[in-house]
Amino acid sequence: MLNKITPTRRAFLGLLGGAAALAAMPTQLIAQSVNAARALVDALLVDLYALINAGRSTSQLYSDFETLLNRYADLPIIAQTVMGVDWRRASNAQRSDFITAFRSYIARKYGSRFQELIGGTFEITGARQIRNFIEVTTTANLRNEAPFEVIWLVSSGSGQLKFFNLVIEGINLQTTERQEIGAMLDRNGGNIDAMIADLRNAS
Amino acid sequence: MKTALAATFLAGLAACGPATLPGEGVINDPSEVQNREVHAFNVAVDRAIVRPLSVGAGNAVPEPVRQGIGNFADNLDQPRYVLNNLLQLRIDDALANTFRFAINSTIGLGGVLDPASGIGLHAEATDFGETLHVWGAPEGAYVVLPVLGPSTSRDTVGFVVDRAMNPVRFFVEPPESYYATAAGIGGALNTRYRFSDTIDELYYESADGYAAARILYLSNRRFELRGEAQDDYFDPYTDTYEDPYAQ
Repeated sequence: MLNKITPTRRAFLGLLGGAAALAAMPTQLIAQSVNAARALVDALLVDLYALINAGRSTSQLYSDFETLLNRYADLPIIAQTVMGVDWRRASNAQRSDFITAFRSYIARKYGSRFQELIGGTFEITGARQIRNFIEVTTTANLRNEAPFEVIWLVSSGSGQLKFFNLVIEGINLQTTERQEIGAMLDRNGGNIDAMIADLRNAS
Repeated sequence: MKTALAATFLAGLAACGPATLPGEGVINDPSEVQNREVHAFNVAVDRAIVRPLSVGAGNAVPEPVRQGIGNFADNLDQPRYVLNNLLQLRIDDALANTFRFAINSTIGLGGVLDPASGIGLHAEATDFGETLHVWGAPEGAYVVLPVLGPSTSRDTVGFVVDRAMNPVRFFVEPPESYYATAAGIGGALNTRYRFSDTIDELYYESADGYAAARILYLSNRRFELRGEAQDDYFDPYTDTYEDPYAQ
């Protein structure tokens, strides 16, 4: 069955335009480029559905999803935000280990739920600039579900246009994972290395 | 005259404007110790009864039948939505819910089918907790209710009022009302089954299932109440980090 995914060839062209703009304009200007953010989310959804429909083995799926996250998400800033104040006392080695473990954890946690997306569609329903970033709103139409809202927050703060937060019906990735990582730190008496070891085993 | 008075009263209440919602990640949980005990009880009930029942029923009963029971239960919520829509002076939503109820109760064979969603007329779900919010009542403290799970002090009041004033109570008598209750329980089990991965993850796999359920509930609840209003997003590139969990 052909997936009725809305991102189209036009989206790819848009992304190409976005990429060209990326080369031509200073970063600050790009931060204001609502169309580029929209094209980024469009391309992300195309890649995501290509991955979901490819019928990969679980481990292959997770590793491909990590690659996709690398391309579209600013994982270092997400990891930093999620660690919160504890980021400040982490060594460079701990920070880098944490980013790696966190990326893989996110790929497993969200990747394990991809079967729920099969046969569904995402439609971009809006994009607007808020302060220094762009909010791209998509509506998810999944089987047997009332449509619901998924928001992607996109910024070029890292130097490249990437998403730094995902909000599903008001539940955002940053806040949820900050809570989870905080609980792992608490459980380990504030020991960052032990928390990272926990994270590697977490689903 | 009575109607005019009531309308004036409602208009007055609505004019106060909705309560201000707490910021992202803000938690007010003064009864955390008791709440954690209730949460532990709820998890035990889920493990021993709700989860096995929902999995058993989910595997034994074919999907269309479960869907039908869930639809039937959902349809009986519609009159309660309409009543709250009116109390909130959200006339559009009241009309949409009324229309939906009319379609599903007739063409949808008493609510077993959901043709209204097929034409894009989805439920504008609401409750008396939201009505209180619209009237200006603040969220209050986080509360975990036995069996029912996460709530707030405002929404707990809302829940009780909703049960008491549910229009269905006044029009449906035994034994039909028992069917409604049974469908409600069946619908809840079906929800538990359909979202089993999400709920299992939350209850059994989170580092701190209590805190995870709390932030999920509060974030989603505030989103429902926020409506079209702007979320106060955190921008990690420019905003200074403040620990919302700092005591």
